[in-house]
Amino acid sequence: MKTAGVAARRSTAYDPDMTETLSVQVWRGSERGAFVAYSVPRRASQTVLDVVTHIQRRIDASLSYRFACRVGMCGSCAMTVNGRPRWTCRTHVDRVAKNGDLTIAPLRNLPVIKDLAVDMREFFDKWARAKGQFQPTASRRDGFAVVRPDSAARKQADAGIECIGCGVCHAACDVVAWNRDYLGPAALNRAWTLFSDTRDGGQATRLAAVAGDAGCHACHSHQSCQEHCPKHLNPTASIAGLKRAAAWAALKGQI
Amino acid sequence: MTPRGQVLLWVAQRGSAAVLGLCVIVHLATIIVAVQGGLTGAEILARVRGSGAWLAFYSLFVAAVAVHGPIGIRTILHEMTALRRGVVDGLAVATAGLILALGFRAAWGLYGAA
Repeated sequence: MKTAGVAARRSTAYDPDMTETLSVQVWRGSERGAFVAYSVPRRASQTVLDVVTHIQRRIDASLSYRFACRVGMCGSCAMTVNGRPRWTCRTHVDRVAKNGDLTIAPLRNLPVIKDLAVDMREFFDKWARAKGQFQPTASRRDGFAVVRPDSAARKQADAGIECIGCGVCHAACDVVAWNRDYLGPAALNRAWTLFSDTRDGGQATRLAAVAGDAGCHACHSHQSCQEHCPKHLNPTASIAGLKRAAAWAALKGQI
Repeated sequence: MTPRGQVLLWVAQRGSAAVLGLCVIVHLATIIVAVQGGLTGAEILARVRGSGAWLAFYSLFVAAVAVHGPIGIRTILHEMTALRRGVVDGLAVATAGLILALGFRAAWGLYGAA
């Protein structure tokens, strides 16, 4: 009976088809480098971040990567996993490496600092260029702003507000790859949430900042950002909203 | 080019796309109807020669193509080549001029005044 109990527990913890080890290729170097092969023990409920952490702590301490919260909140651990940009802390190995093969590379469209760590400055500089800062219209002496949760503007902002700034959409976007000046889906999504914020007073300058060939009008609506966003946001829809708003503003001579 | 100019180009491309959508439907419907009795040059000329309506239709078609296509070419050249902005804009304007010249020449030729 005791043996059967152990077997039953194992059957719930381990997939019988699961390989014992993972064959992992990890990018080592900066812009120039190569993939290095590692063998990592496979475990139940293992995430891709667990795999990278195992390599760094047990096999090669010189491996550089970035993470913080490990629970899908901070947006630090995004990498390219088997060719797709993903948040690694919430990506289970079972879902992406059924045959036991993993290829882990840094995010596309951003300069590689070392190994799996990319330089995010360009990404967040674009948020600043898109006027992604809240521009208050009230002071601390004013009362609380009343924003109805069921108002159209608030719903519009809510649709894009949960962005964690992981850079997955930026890496997935072909337009970013083709046009390095393009602000990208995350910065434009941020601009749209602020544009939809009735408390914000920076709409005219924000629309001017996000309009044109380097802004929302460069988007081809491929929807890679929506396809890959780990938070299931739709930056393409946010960008479409900005396109319409900026087009009307241009026709009225406001930008 | 100013951001406002870039946005207006975007608006022009969308607007011309709407016009092209209607023009292509009329054009295809005409082809389908016209070929029912066989397709000859004489039949085409009998329909369009001296017709102000067809001249106006194909002039609108040509104008919409001349607006729509070069704006797209401008984007493609910017994204796919290392050409400078000024060169890309110049090539787009030249493409628009070429489409206008060839298109109006064809429409005017069918009208019968060439």
